[in-house]
Amino acid sequence: MFKHSRFAALAVGALMLATPAAAQDKSIVVSSTTSTVDSGLFNHILPLFKAKTGIEVKVLSQGTGQALDTGRRGDADVVFVHAKSAEEKFLSEGFATKRYPVMYNDFVIVGPKSDPAAIKGKKDVGDALKTLMSKQATFISRGDKSGTHSAELNLWKAVGVDIDKDKGAWYKSIGQGMGAALNTAAADNAYVLSDRGTWLNFKNKDNLQVVVEGDKRLFNQYGVMLVNPAKHPHVKKELGQQFIDWLVSAEGQKAIAGYKINGEQLFYPNASDASA
Amino acid sequence: MNSGQSALTLVLTADPALIAIVKLSLTVSLAAVAVAAVIGIPFGALIALTRFPGRSGVIVVLNAMMGLPPVVVGLAVYLLLSRSGPLGNLGILFTPQAMIVAQAVLVTPIIAALTRQTIEDLWSEYREEFAAMDVGPVRRVLTLISDAKFSLVTALLAGFGRAAAEVGAIIIVGGNIEGFTRTMTTAIALETSKGDLPLAVGLGMVLMTIVVIVNSLAFAARRAGEMRAGS
Repeated sequence: MFKHSRFAALAVGALMLATPAAAQDKSIVVSSTTSTVDSGLFNHILPLFKAKTGIEVKVLSQGTGQALDTGRRGDADVVFVHAKSAEEKFLSEGFATKRYPVMYNDFVIVGPKSDPAAIKGKKDVGDALKTLMSKQATFISRGDKSGTHSAELNLWKAVGVDIDKDKGAWYKSIGQGMGAALNTAAADNAYVLSDRGTWLNFKNKDNLQVVVEGDKRLFNQYGVMLVNPAKHPHVKKELGQQFIDWLVSAEGQKAIAGYKINGEQLFYPNASDASA
Repeated sequence: MNSGQSALTLVLTADPALIAIVKLSLTVSLAAVAVAAVIGIPFGALIALTRFPGRSGVIVVLNAMMGLPPVVVGLAVYLLLSRSGPLGNLGILFTPQAMIVAQAVLVTPIIAALTRQTIEDLWSEYREEFAAMDVGPVRRVLTLISDAKFSLVTALLAGFGRAAAEVGAIIIVGGNIEGFTRTMTTAIALETSKGDLPLAVGLGMVLMTIVVIVNSLAFAARRAGEMRAGS
């Protein structure tokens, strides 16, 4: 049997190797959205936070729906997402006690340079969407209950389209993250709603360009919440709250504003706007 | 500089982040194979050498489980280890340990099924000899495992290949956290979603190179072992 005990020793050893040193584990888990990760924002601000506090932030990149669900199950200490109504529901269910507005950016409609539906430059996003539908131009929907997906559904609703009923072969719901949706649009000569951050940091732009931007309905607000320790006692409330306090502090807000790609700012801090 | 070159640069300059990712990939997959071997080899040998009602059914299920979908295993382990799940108190979701658990679940049936087949084939060769020499059951198992050890290495490598290549399970239970649970495969998934396809392809080539190296080492070890054993 020595053969097996050797394997067992190996297995135990490997498990121990993979075990983080619990004693000095000053870290929190933040469930956030694909847009904050894919845009590169966290890579910019987290080293600044760690240098100041020594706290390591482990970021999960999920759609807003899944990120909130991770918080509900108690598997994250902090949620950092962008779908205000879903966040308010999270609050009302008691999974958090306070929501802090942090920053905003905006959504853009991205489409092929050839612009087959001729919507480039439209200032009214509703008009643009209706044109896409009437011309049956291929449109990629996230279809994953993310913040961007719910923003898209709200836009269709706002122009009086019941997309569940009216969608045809031109409307492709892919059930994946923002980057995957942009990859699909690039391959398919299609239109897609994207947050500006992910778009700017996206490397496979190929034949795509921004066709519609600037409508105030394309506004995209981000909020952050500590998972309620009363619901999940193991939540690291001091460390998590320290992260939130830093994000909304002058220093954190400056760090967010300082993130630029090719000189273009991706996120606009607005923690002081209580109504955001 | 394009991303294909940058993938090469990462390798040539031994980029610390890349090294950490490679190290984690190897640690997790090798640990999973070790755990799976401890469970799978004795289990496979037991099934090979015993006769009981429903044995054929067990073998069919075991063989079928070699094709467990990683994403389903990931989801099951996720629900098990979640704070709201039965093993939530362990607090190991989104850690490398959770990834080892998920991959061990994937790999154990592969090792058990291949061990069962190997030992059973050998058993039919040895049966009469054992009977003639009046060898007891424990001694039989040990002799068979020992004599089959070079074939069992192939079973372990099949398990390692499965573990090192999969992304569906570990991305769910590990969370693809930078510097903590990011492996080769989850990094490739991330770079693809960022649209950095050349870098993703570059990382894919690094992964395949590593798998080839591991297999070469195993091959060399097997050959050295066989020579020493004089066969």
